[in-house]
Amino acid sequence: MPSETSRLAVRKTYKLYVGGAFPRSESGRSYPVYSAKGTWMANAVLASRKDVRDAVAAARKAFPGWAGRTAYNRGQILYRIAEMLEGRRDQFATEVAEAEGLDRAAALAVVDASVDRWVWYAGWADKIAQVLGNANPVAGPYFNLSTPEPTGVVGVVAPAESSLLGLVSVMAPVIVTGNTAVLLASEERPLPAVTFAEVLATSDLPGGVVNLLTGRVSELLPWLASHFDVNAIDLTGVTDPELAAEAERAAAENLKRVVRPPQGPVDWSADPGLERMTAFVETKTVWHPKGM
Amino acid sequence: MTATTPLPAVADLVNMPEAWRTLLHGLPSVDQVGAEQRAAMLATRSIKTTSKAWALDLAIRMVDLTTLEGADTPGKVRALCAKARRPDPTDPHCPQVAAVCVYPSMVSTAAAYLAGTGIKVASVATAFPSGQAPLEVKLADTRAAVAAGADEIDMVIDRGAFLAGRYSEVFDQIAAVKQACGNAHLKVILETGELATLDNVRRASWLAMVAGADFIKTSTGKVQPAATLPVTLVMLEAVRDFRERTGRQVGVKPAGGIRTAKDALRYLVLVNETAGPDWLDPAWFRFGASSLLNDLLMQRAKLATGHYSGHDYVTLD
Amino acid sequence: MTFEYAPAPESTSIVDIRPSYGLFIDGEFRDSIDGDTIKTINPATEEVLSEVVAAGPRDVAAAVEAARRAYQTVWGTMPGTERAKYLYRIARIIQERSRELAVLETIDNGKPIRESRDVDLPLVAAHFFYYAGWADKLSYAGFGPHPRPLGVAAQVIPWNFPLLMLAWKIAPALACGNTVVLKPAETTPLTALVFAEICQQADLPPGVVNIITGAGETGRHLVEHPDVDKIAFTGSTEVGRQIARAAAGTRKRLTLELGGKAANIVFDDAPLDQAVEGIVNGIFFNQGHVCCAGSRLLVQESIHDELLTALKRRISLLRLGDPLDKNTDIGAINSAAQLERIRALSEIGELEGAERWSAPCPLPDRGFWFPPTVFTGVSQAHRIAREEIFGPVLSVLTFRTPEEAVAKANNTPYGLSAGIWTEKGSRILWMADRLRAGVVWANTFNKFDPSSPFGGYKESGYGREGGRHGLEAYLAV
Repeated sequence: MPSETSRLAVRKTYKLYVGGAFPRSESGRSYPVYSAKGTWMANAVLASRKDVRDAVAAARKAFPGWAGRTAYNRGQILYRIAEMLEGRRDQFATEVAEAEGLDRAAALAVVDASVDRWVWYAGWADKIAQVLGNANPVAGPYFNLSTPEPTGVVGVVAPAESSLLGLVSVMAPVIVTGNTAVLLASEERPLPAVTFAEVLATSDLPGGVVNLLTGRVSELLPWLASHFDVNAIDLTGVTDPELAAEAERAAAENLKRVVRPPQGPVDWSADPGLERMTAFVETKTVWHPKGM
Repeated sequence: MTATTPLPAVADLVNMPEAWRTLLHGLPSVDQVGAEQRAAMLATRSIKTTSKAWALDLAIRMVDLTTLEGADTPGKVRALCAKARRPDPTDPHCPQVAAVCVYPSMVSTAAAYLAGTGIKVASVATAFPSGQAPLEVKLADTRAAVAAGADEIDMVIDRGAFLAGRYSEVFDQIAAVKQACGNAHLKVILETGELATLDNVRRASWLAMVAGADFIKTSTGKVQPAATLPVTLVMLEAVRDFRERTGRQVGVKPAGGIRTAKDALRYLVLVNETAGPDWLDPAWFRFGASSLLNDLLMQRAKLATGHYSGHDYVTLD
Repeated sequence: MTFEYAPAPESTSIVDIRPSYGLFIDGEFRDSIDGDTIKTINPATEEVLSEVVAAGPRDVAAAVEAARRAYQTVWGTMPGTERAKYLYRIARIIQERSRELAVLETIDNGKPIRESRDVDLPLVAAHFFYYAGWADKLSYAGFGPHPRPLGVAAQVIPWNFPLLMLAWKIAPALACGNTVVLKPAETTPLTALVFAEICQQADLPPGVVNIITGAGETGRHLVEHPDVDKIAFTGSTEVGRQIARAAAGTRKRLTLELGGKAANIVFDDAPLDQAVEGIVNGIFFNQGHVCCAGSRLLVQESIHDELLTALKRRISLLRLGDPLDKNTDIGAINSAAQLERIRALSEIGELEGAERWSAPCPLPDRGFWFPPTVFTGVSQAHRIAREEIFGPVLSVLTFRTPEEAVAKANNTPYGLSAGIWTEKGSRILWMADRLRAGVVWANTFNKFDPSSPFGGYKESGYGREGGRHGLEAYLAV
């Protein structure tokens, strides 16, 4: 009988997450992923423009259902995602440690912060409308109400270095308000994102609400930024200013809402504020006369 | 106006085409959320043991066993009729269904196999399912079905005319088909899935009843959504109110999408607590269904034996 | 051919009621120091369910001390993200045990199992979920950048929605960083005591939640205790007044949710079938034991007869009986005392000249029962139009114009809720502007949500529960 140390592990194959399923790229390509220390970890999928196209289609299909759920229901599902993430604390600590070159204690702290960050956002689902919306005291016999609504399909470039905490910090605010998302994972550190997709897939999150692609950001971003069925684009993880500017120019063609990359390094543990939610909501104002 | 010009009579006002709009739009509106909640609350009724057995048998007796496929053949229809007569070959006490529902070309086949059983032959007509044909064609369709032996005619209303507000046209068509039916009973299919709003369902129900419908029916089964509890609730309220106003009782038939015994029992509860027990009879309530029958039989078997049944224990047709 | 529904009883094997319970203080169940015992019964059968404590003054003091200690050393200093996670745990456990809690609520309160299963318990869990999410977001709530809690909250709740009223009190209090001492009503202590177990299962730090059972005296000791920073009370206007008097001159903050005599206003263009449902729900849901019950039907005179015919037809379909039967619509009256009050006021209604009609439903032999009842020909001057009956009794008045409807609806010292039934949107909004009520339901009734603020004008109390507004009661703002 082989001893524990000589048993061969069954390695995970890292695939894309689109429409609630885990397909390979239609291009059949992959690329090697290395740990922070330079060890080969796995081959990740090298997604193509057609994968971007399919992901956007999946996100669009999922949007009416997701936006149409009650805020309470979205909050419940996001909380479930936190439960599942917490359940895999050790697994994620290992992956984050390898990806980012952290010691175990620091990696565990990152995972704990990620769970807490996700829980924080889950609690916003049924409250953001109360903070952003209001009745307006117009000068006439009219009822007038402003409420936030999700903008639609949001393309997101996940942070390049913060492979889990940064990832959840850009993903949660997009979907908690009812948007659906297509994310480009960190190019160098994509593995925690793919494992996170497994968490999403086991949390009652409807397929297509989040879609995750791995590959070359410079290859995929232009397709995402120019796609006319994408309503907004979050360029947070784009490290090349020229690539970001080109993406913003492409986005201008259908007036996508754009979140530009941060000016300097981001402290992902700081209070996120409301901006990542307000960036992806539209405000609808309704009038109705008041009369006998 | 000179002294010799007569004043318009109230009757003239009533006969103007816009009068239909005034009448139908003057019916009480339906709050969709409230109606759906009422239907949902009634769906929580728990029907057990003796009531369940009684209700299952009643549901079987209310089934219009249906086949409406382009691929229907006399062989297929014969098999359906055999099933209608003897739904459960292992149990002679299992009741028969109310009717078999087929296309006009299959009516004579069905009539031959059902002769003397008491099971009605129902035929769709009037260019089912779309209703998009000239009136003469629709009437000829109806007459042919009646001549071939149909006891009941399931017609479709002109939804295009209805949605365009040409209510008097819809009325005239229904009245003409009713005439063409002779002694056959007329069920008027509203195609509620295309009417979209519950207000329209209420208005179409009244229009059909005033025009002479013996039954109002939800759907052709060819369009989604077909029958739903909220839609049927509104139709049951309509027949209840119509009888109160006019003294005439009209039946209700939900059709399409009713697949399980559980669904069927929910409809019976709806009837019981909306229109009332007078409608709990195959003369006044029917299910337009095909696969429902087998689920009713399996539930019936479970009540009798105590264990769950399976698809090998009910006949395909 | 009548469709009889065979008995469909919910199984009670899921609940395990102990013969007696102690007080839940500082994280554990303890014997009373100076209290008595009281029995709690099943109002549908009059059988004794359990013995609980009627806490004495020293018991109350022990509970307040435990709450103070927990506030100062643990809860008041705990970061919001951690408080949130405790509340989420509690919410989850409530969901897991919701069938058990629903059955227990029905047995102790008398309300139909369908209501406790489909209305009470989902709302209970939802309140904890909702307020859990505020615990770490208080700086966004509109009360300043760092709003602080008040300290120790004394909370006294009624018997009509025992666990739901507990949720309405405890969830926001804890989310804001307060600790609590809560007294459930004397006739319905059991779900609160199981909630105490749930706090233990959630590993809630001892002293954050304390549950002390008892009757009026216990409540008085609790709200009058000098080391209480906040009083929250739901119950009768009369007791609310007493509490307000007792709190006068102290530094205690106070919120009250008291009685009501809501007008349910039906116009001639109302969606009639849904209006009938709304009227029935408004006064017969929970046997009429609802502070915001639509107990006055104000119907436009032109449709009075038609509406009453439809209403009586609908009421005759209500199924009254065993609360544990899944098909029961109307359960038991909560106590002999309440039944007597309902009977007395109904007799007064007849004496005042209103016409009385009751649903022809048979009443079980044992237990406390009252058939759904409608009084027509009622006017504003009648006592049954002014006084809260708190039972399944509807008073019907008429009006001619929207202005008259508003005037009659507002012509009461109460102001908790109101209903408007009309197809015309502008009229809804015009009426809503003018109705002096904290909750206005248009084309619906008795709808509750943790995110929607609830509370009254005038003698229906002050303060709001639910929503962002509901945080204010528990913050030092």
